[in-house]
Amino acid sequence: MSFDHPDAILCPGGPMLIRGNHAVEDPDGVPHGTTRPVSAVCRCLKSSKLPWCDGTHKVLPADLRPA
Amino acid sequence: MGRGYKQVMKIPRPRGALTEVLFESLLTGSDVPSAPAGTDDADAALALWVLYELHHHGFDDVDDEREWDPDLLRLRAQLERDLEARLRERWAGPPSTGLFTETFFDWVAEQDGVSLAAHVHRDADRDQVLELLRVRSIYHLQESDPTAWVVPRLGVRSKAALMELQYDEYGNGDPNRLHHHLYALGMEASGLDASYGAYIDEAPLEVLEQNNAMSLFGLHRRFRGAALGHLAAFEATSSLPSRRMMQGLERLEFPAELVDYYAEHVEADAVHEQLAVRTICGSLLEEEPELEESVWFGAFTCLDLEDRFGRLMLDRWLSAGSAAERKDVA
Repeated sequence: MSFDHPDAILCPGGPMLIRGNHAVEDPDGVPHGTTRPVSAVCRCLKSSKLPWCDGTHKVLPADLRPA
Repeated sequence: MGRGYKQVMKIPRPRGALTEVLFESLLTGSDVPSAPAGTDDADAALALWVLYELHHHGFDDVDDEREWDPDLLRLRAQLERDLEARLRERWAGPPSTGLFTETFFDWVAEQDGVSLAAHVHRDADRDQVLELLRVRSIYHLQESDPTAWVVPRLGVRSKAALMELQYDEYGNGDPNRLHHHLYALGMEASGLDASYGAYIDEAPLEVLEQNNAMSLFGLHRRFRGAALGHLAAFEATSSLPSRRMMQGLERLEFPAELVDYYAEHVEADAVHEQLAVRTICGSLLEEEPELEESVWFGAFTCLDLEDRFGRLMLDRWLSAGSAAERKDVA
């Protein structure tokens, strides 16, 4: 039996998790390399640590959170 | 950096009749006591903490053989039953709001416990932060060690998911990134003793209970759901408060090593909270749906104990502040 093990997971209302090594560009076009086995990419674009999630989506009004 | 900070510790100071006799037994091999009815809570909590530490770091002045001494295990079981009863008494039961993975973050947001991070962010002084660092070190210098006990008790999916998170907690193979080591570096840079248990004599009941609950959940297979629920609640309340801690520490000009510890947790725990809820608890509950109540119990216990600790510290600091103000006026 094998199990689903996706490379990316969209978290409703939150970030996108990505597994493995990647370079992710922030909104200014600067690439940031991943440093951990799983990284959380910000989808609300309000993180203080772009391109990475810092949990800010949790304090946004529901209509401003990513789908 | 050579060997690094010390990993050995000595038996702490007793806090009452039970720990007086228990510590004497640990040091000399004399008879192990039982906990009489009416034992003081802090006395019982310290006794249990020390008994759990026999399974973790051990003590320099206690024979390692005592870890599996049946009389000590009997006392431990008695103290654990009392702790479990107390934790269950505080819990109103699981919320009746649908699937754990879909409702968990909203449930956490609805729990409005006090925030020590908010106090450190704007109001705390250096002495208060140093006190917080000392008493929190009982937890932060071991972090996810008690959760590591859970790994062999899980199914394939939840086991792989927990290890994915734990690997990051333990530095992804790099000792310099191991989370409890980052805390030790922050303590040393702040002029504190980073040896494990150095400040146990200062740790209030609330801190002992936090650590004892984690060990209780970690060491008993029947609590595997509670252990992972606790992990999810801990991770889900770490990222945003860590950012406030960072800003508060920068405001008070604490060293970069300590700020780095919290900076790492802003980013790491934004990942870990998603993993803990979705892949770890999510797969656990698909494998063993009957554990859902236990997962909620662990999550509640985590937030409740943190709230109790937060209220204790804020009450202590705010009443000291008002006493100082009264003195100024006089």
